[in-house]
Amino acid sequence: MGKVMPLEGNNAIAEAMRQINPDVVAAYPITPSTEIVQTFAKFVADGKVTTNFVAVESEHSAMSACTAAAAAGGRVMNATSANGLALMWEILYITASLRQPVVLNLVNRALSGNINIHCDHSDGMGARDSGWIQIYGENAQEGYDNCIQCVAISEREDVRLPSMNCIDGFFVSHAYEMVEVEEDAAVQEWIGPYKPVRPLLDIKNPYTVGPLDLWDYYFEHKRNQLSAYPNAKEAIIEEGKRFGQAFGREYGLMECVDLEDAEVAVVALGSTAGMCKDVVADLRSKGVKAGLLKLRVFRPFPDAEIVAALRNCKAVAVFDRAASYGASYGPLYSEVAAAMYTRGANVPCVNIIYGLGGREIRPDQIADVYGKLNDIKTTGQPADPVSYVGVRG
Amino acid sequence: MPKNLKQLSESPVRLTGGHRLCPGCGEPIAVRQILMATEDPVLVANATGCLEVSTTIFPYTAWNVPWIHIAFENAAAAASGLEAMYVSLKNQGKIDPDQNYKFVAFAGDGGTYDIGFQALSGAVERRHSFVYVCLNNQAYMNTGVQRSSASPLGAHTTTSPAGRVIPGKTMVQKDLTECMVAHDMPYVAQSIPGRWRDLVGKAEKAFATEGPSFINVLTPCPLGWLCDPSETVDISMLAADTCIWPLYEVENGEYKITYKPKEKKPVEEFLKRQGRFKHLFKGEDGAEIIKGIQEYTDRKWEALLKKAGEA
Ligand SMILES: Cc1ncc(C[n+]2csc(CCOP(=O)(O)OP(=O)(O)O)c2C)c(N)n1
Repeated sequence: MGKVMPLEGNNAIAEAMRQINPDVVAAYPITPSTEIVQTFAKFVADGKVTTNFVAVESEHSAMSACTAAAAAGGRVMNATSANGLALMWEILYITASLRQPVVLNLVNRALSGNINIHCDHSDGMGARDSGWIQIYGENAQEGYDNCIQCVAISEREDVRLPSMNCIDGFFVSHAYEMVEVEEDAAVQEWIGPYKPVRPLLDIKNPYTVGPLDLWDYYFEHKRNQLSAYPNAKEAIIEEGKRFGQAFGREYGLMECVDLEDAEVAVVALGSTAGMCKDVVADLRSKGVKAGLLKLRVFRPFPDAEIVAALRNCKAVAVFDRAASYGASYGPLYSEVAAAMYTRGANVPCVNIIYGLGGREIRPDQIADVYGKLNDIKTTGQPADPVSYVGVRG
Repeated sequence: MPKNLKQLSESPVRLTGGHRLCPGCGEPIAVRQILMATEDPVLVANATGCLEVSTTIFPYTAWNVPWIHIAFENAAAAASGLEAMYVSLKNQGKIDPDQNYKFVAFAGDGGTYDIGFQALSGAVERRHSFVYVCLNNQAYMNTGVQRSSASPLGAHTTTSPAGRVIPGKTMVQKDLTECMVAHDMPYVAQSIPGRWRDLVGKAEKAFATEGPSFINVLTPCPLGWLCDPSETVDISMLAADTCIWPLYEVENGEYKITYKPKEKKPVEEFLKRQGRFKHLFKGEDGAEIIKGIQEYTDRKWEALLKKAGEA
């Protein structure tokens, strides 16, 4: 049986890391993820884990050391935010290409400039094509649960891809919540021992990792890598079920709230989805057929499942906590809209860009969006394809 | 005690022939000598650069030891990661405690003096046990002979070309070996492929060091230095004989000059054998620069003699 205790989001993740007890953690502090690293360093100092903790001199080196350590043959974790993730960018692609199952706890924060330490998803979205699995948690409990699941998903033999366990900076990372923390032994048993694949420390079987790969093979290697993502999707579903069986909290690719008969629906990631749940409940009590698609897994992007969940709606709004500069829409919207179009789901979809740099979003603003969707539904009038909620001027 | 030539020739081949480095490249000579200096299993982290691209063109590899390349600026960070995992697994009893693994990072001067300096400095400060080898051909050779901060004064490179108004590189090279000494490392050395006993001996010491060690090897590049491929070894020896590249080591802060030329040759002897300095031998401006190189070399050599207690 787990124990329910008050924990900040960061400490919930650090707690999961303590229970996972990775072989190596290499990290560099950045707000708002710093506490994960600090708390974990204290676990190391107190002998609560057997991890070799490497306090590197930059995020670039953090991800380089993590990638090499994983290739050497062990379980590896890391945490960062925003500019830290941006500094890892070069290596993120390499970790995925080398198929190393590193788990990175990403506490989402706005990218500079101007410098801003608060939450948005520009960091994660910037890394969306790097080949990492990305799972967004709504609250501290999910940050904890997803951290454990990421290990199992990444390490599956048919996956072997790194994953990011994302939670919203400050809103989740620094907020206390009651979190159910499972028994150490139960977590260890659930993740199982690490099974290295061609580890470099196996000196009897020397192996060249990361060679020069030219036009004659590179494409095949990339094609090969691409074939791991459908497996990752299956793995996320299966591990989410297995997690539910063991701990009573089951997870899937997304959470559908009142979507079966919804006429107006919102798609959102992270903590905002939690707020949307309250708004939906309120609207439902007033007779509005509102629904919510809380997307949990952004990579691999679950096109078919999203379309299946939304196709009977009459109007949809996709919430993006990131802008895509020079593009007409936010990153999540572009992918949802493309998925809908490709699968012939002719539902009017609008894009809401909100909350950049930690700007709050309130329930009444979300309710307003549902109101606009109702208008689209009844009048059939097209609305502005993109609107910026909560911004002055 | 350094091994003799016969013993060395019987060492396992860790970097095989059949790689695609240029004829006369100093890098594989240095790498082979260094990897002969230990009997222990070795894991290699390699930075992007000539050595990496020419030895691992998929589906081939010239490496008989576990080897990883991640990127350009992170050989030291990658070596940190390998070593960190080794230490972790060893402490947990998951690796044979009697087997000593060694870790080596190979990087060019670009990957060491410039873009990789931060990672190197960080890894050394953290005291990972690994040997960092800079294969110093004094420019970015892999991308076509661009200047690096290891390129010497007056050198013609493709980004410090000798032109009508600018005569090659206008700054002296960074003294990275001294930067590493300033990191209070247990072992720091400079060597050349031409004096194999010197290089292998230093590598043996580096491998025997607890904690980080650093060897800066001057590896001539016929393509970038514009010299004949048959002259690599000779030119590296001239670098030592002119004291442009003194051979020395610093063990726990103690300086020792490991090769003292009987007669210190003028820098021209080294410069004139290479096309990259050709322009310096035409006209007065060039003569001034050569004078500057001589003065700089003398000043550094005197300072080194003092540090080694020989002045
Ligand atoms: C971040 C980054 N910048 C630039 C490059 C391009 N690049 C590849 S190798 C190289 C130069 C390597 O020079 P050096 O380290 O001196 O090694 P050499 O090839 O001379 O042995 C450069 C600039 C790169 N691979 N990565």
